[in-house]
Amino acid sequence: MAQHQVNYASSAGLPIVLTTVDKLVNWGRSNSLWPLTYGLACCAIEMMASGGSRFDFDRFGTIFRASPRQADVMILAGTLSKKHAEFTRRLYDQMAEPKWVISMGSCANTGGMFNTYATVQGVDRIVPVDIYLPGCAPRPETLQYALMMLQKKIRRESANMNKNRKQNLRLI
Amino acid sequence: MQQTNKLTPFFENLNFERNDNTMVINLGPQHPSAHGQLRLVLELDGEKVVKAYPDIGYLHRGIEKMAENMTYNEFLPTTDRLDYIASTSNNYAYAHAVEQLLGIEIPERAQVIRTMLLEVNRIISHLFFLATHALDVGAMSIFLYAFREREFGMDLMEEYCGARLTHSAVRIGGVPLDLPKGWTQELLKWCDTVEYELANTYEKLLNENRIWKMRLEDVGVISAEEAQSWGCSGPMLRGSGVQYDIRKEEPYELYSKLEFDIPVSDRCDSYGRYRLYMEEMKESIKILRQLVPMYDKTAPQLMAHAPQYISAPKEEIMTQNYALMQHFVLVTQGMRPPKGEVYAPTESPKGELGFYIKSEGEPYAYRLKCRAPSFFHTGLLQEMLVGAYIADVVTIIGSTNIVFGEVDR
Amino acid sequence: MRKYTPKDNVQKKSYYTDRFYVVPRVPRSEVQSGSHFADVVNSLKKFVRESYVELGQLIIHIKSTDNIKVLEILKDKCGYNVCSELSAVDYLARDGEFEVFYQMLNMSEAKRVRVVTRIKKDEAIESVVCLYKSANFSEREMYDMFGIVVNNHPYLKRILMPDDWVGHPLLKTYPLQGDEAASWYEVDKIFGKEYRDVIGPENRDPAKIDRYDTKRFSRVGYEVPFGADISDGEKENDIEYSKAPLVDYTKSQKQLDKRK
Repeated sequence: MAQHQVNYASSAGLPIVLTTVDKLVNWGRSNSLWPLTYGLACCAIEMMASGGSRFDFDRFGTIFRASPRQADVMILAGTLSKKHAEFTRRLYDQMAEPKWVISMGSCANTGGMFNTYATVQGVDRIVPVDIYLPGCAPRPETLQYALMMLQKKIRRESANMNKNRKQNLRLI
Repeated sequence: MQQTNKLTPFFENLNFERNDNTMVINLGPQHPSAHGQLRLVLELDGEKVVKAYPDIGYLHRGIEKMAENMTYNEFLPTTDRLDYIASTSNNYAYAHAVEQLLGIEIPERAQVIRTMLLEVNRIISHLFFLATHALDVGAMSIFLYAFREREFGMDLMEEYCGARLTHSAVRIGGVPLDLPKGWTQELLKWCDTVEYELANTYEKLLNENRIWKMRLEDVGVISAEEAQSWGCSGPMLRGSGVQYDIRKEEPYELYSKLEFDIPVSDRCDSYGRYRLYMEEMKESIKILRQLVPMYDKTAPQLMAHAPQYISAPKEEIMTQNYALMQHFVLVTQGMRPPKGEVYAPTESPKGELGFYIKSEGEPYAYRLKCRAPSFFHTGLLQEMLVGAYIADVVTIIGSTNIVFGEVDR
Repeated sequence: MRKYTPKDNVQKKSYYTDRFYVVPRVPRSEVQSGSHFADVVNSLKKFVRESYVELGQLIIHIKSTDNIKVLEILKDKCGYNVCSELSAVDYLARDGEFEVFYQMLNMSEAKRVRVVTRIKKDEAIESVVCLYKSANFSEREMYDMFGIVVNNHPYLKRILMPDDWVGHPLLKTYPLQGDEAASWYEVDKIFGKEYRDVIGPENRDPAKIDRYDTKRFSRVGYEVPFGADISDGEKENDIEYSKAPLVDYTKSQKQLDKRK
């Protein structure tokens, strides 16, 4: 009779059955990440290119949606200006849980080369960001890599994300 | 009879006085067919647009302010982010303005390479226009086809300068690099591909397509006088029957030595402009084919010889003391162009792209104004949209081919 | 005592000035008689204060109150039917004036004329929208960027900046990275002023690294709970940058002066 230890504490105190549900849910979530077409500037062109014929984003189950209500992930592609910031927040609030944010390009990460009066110095001042994607502008491959990283992240977190998400919401 | 709607909607200080039964809708700033960040506030009577108010500035990044705080060479990569679909044409327009201010001669090989890059960028930009315009109107497959050829063009640019989108492929005083080996052959191959696809895919799919024609014909009509009054340029102007192309009328670089035609359409509508874009791509291919034999005949000098303003070639810097000293001064302090002002217009894929530079003899420009064609085309929207149906709004925005990096700067 | 920095022009300035360097000027030439530009100057004779050709374009200086009349003559008699650009240059620090220029284009002759005028700080200028519709957006942009009021404009409002923006960005007194109101603009607007402390000031240092921040950075593959302390008792040391430049040019120049 094999003796093995089951450490219930390691899976956040949840029973074994639920961890498999976790995996199932996360498998579903991570393989159908529908991004919001949030093209702001130059990076939007690379985002379109990654949705285009050569790079073909659909392989990842990633289909661009024009409505925040149908989207899971917001790819903030480009410079976010201060005039636009409130709309970003509004669209983020309109997205249904669970939701993730990829900040694409230097401008979205930190303000990048536009260290000026009109640019938000990093979109993490407005919305919580999951993946920071460097580059100016990042290549489509980089965006796909970022999405794969996000998938990896989703697969690792527990499907019942109330704990994480609540704190996230509190911050902003 | 319906009651007159007395409610005034709140649109951040925009007040529409409404005494009839019209509806105000807001399109953008984040709308998939708004070409970036255009916000349109439309007043509708049924489905007809009564009043249109384009609200811009959602991508304002303060590029003109940055120019006042940067040396001339530092600013060059920033121009990439103006019209990010054809970056090299911005780089060139800026470099061209500064060169006029400095009064320097560009070596012939650099001129050939610049002209080649400009035309490659024009084709890339026009293909992008075709893809997005068709996508907006509803022809999804054109988007996939046009992006395929565009990717090959981007590969050419990448092979030359290492970047896909933000090229910075032109320097003040010339170009930084010679063409890679075999680049011209690939360019010719790409020209053949684009020409073949133009004739056999895009034009076959769209030119006589019934839906395409119904959605584009007599939509977005703009007369020649209106176009001139609104400051239109490029295909918007030539689509209204005015034959004015800066490449022909005020030639720069090698355009005076090249043979090409300026396509003009007197239809004044979106369909005419679409045909114009297709013809311009063919002309660009013609220019590129003429440039390839010219390239082989030129001497291999790439940067202009003007030691006061432009660093010497790398070999000289590494071997000669004085060249190194000058390079050091130029890098640490930046070049100081003479006092004066310049406005240099160029024909970018979108229209007349010019830089107004006021120099006070400092390493920083005193004032730099970018005359962006899309800015004026956006202003035109408030007149062109009036009387159109709500379904045509997207077509009209698409056919003006505006890019918001350039509109808002 | 703190070093005095001028407040009327806060743009970046060159740290090095050569006292013996005479700035050259872009060559200007007289208007050649018999040319197209000579006709233009002749038809505007009453208004022209100064005219010359610089880099192939005619530049005409006029009085600011004459701008409508001059542009009307240019449009009707000389065929300049496109106003391709219109903007201003800030000379408040030096002369207390704005320079407003109109870049005109004649399509049949392929010639360009720049009409230049100067206005005092609180003066307004007449709108040219009645002649050129392209001036509609340009004048609004000029108002937005410089605060120059344009009379009789159909819709004079801010165009690029939001309506509740403070200040006019392209003035030389406006710093590149914005003033206090600009730096908190988006926080105030979205969350309210009380969130300024929660979100914190803008990070304008591109080299800043925050290693132990578990609120904003996700460690892919090494996730930790949100907001957990992962510093392991290690104190965060501020990264020190060398404050002094390697060579102090200003100092050496002073020495040069003393030696004289």
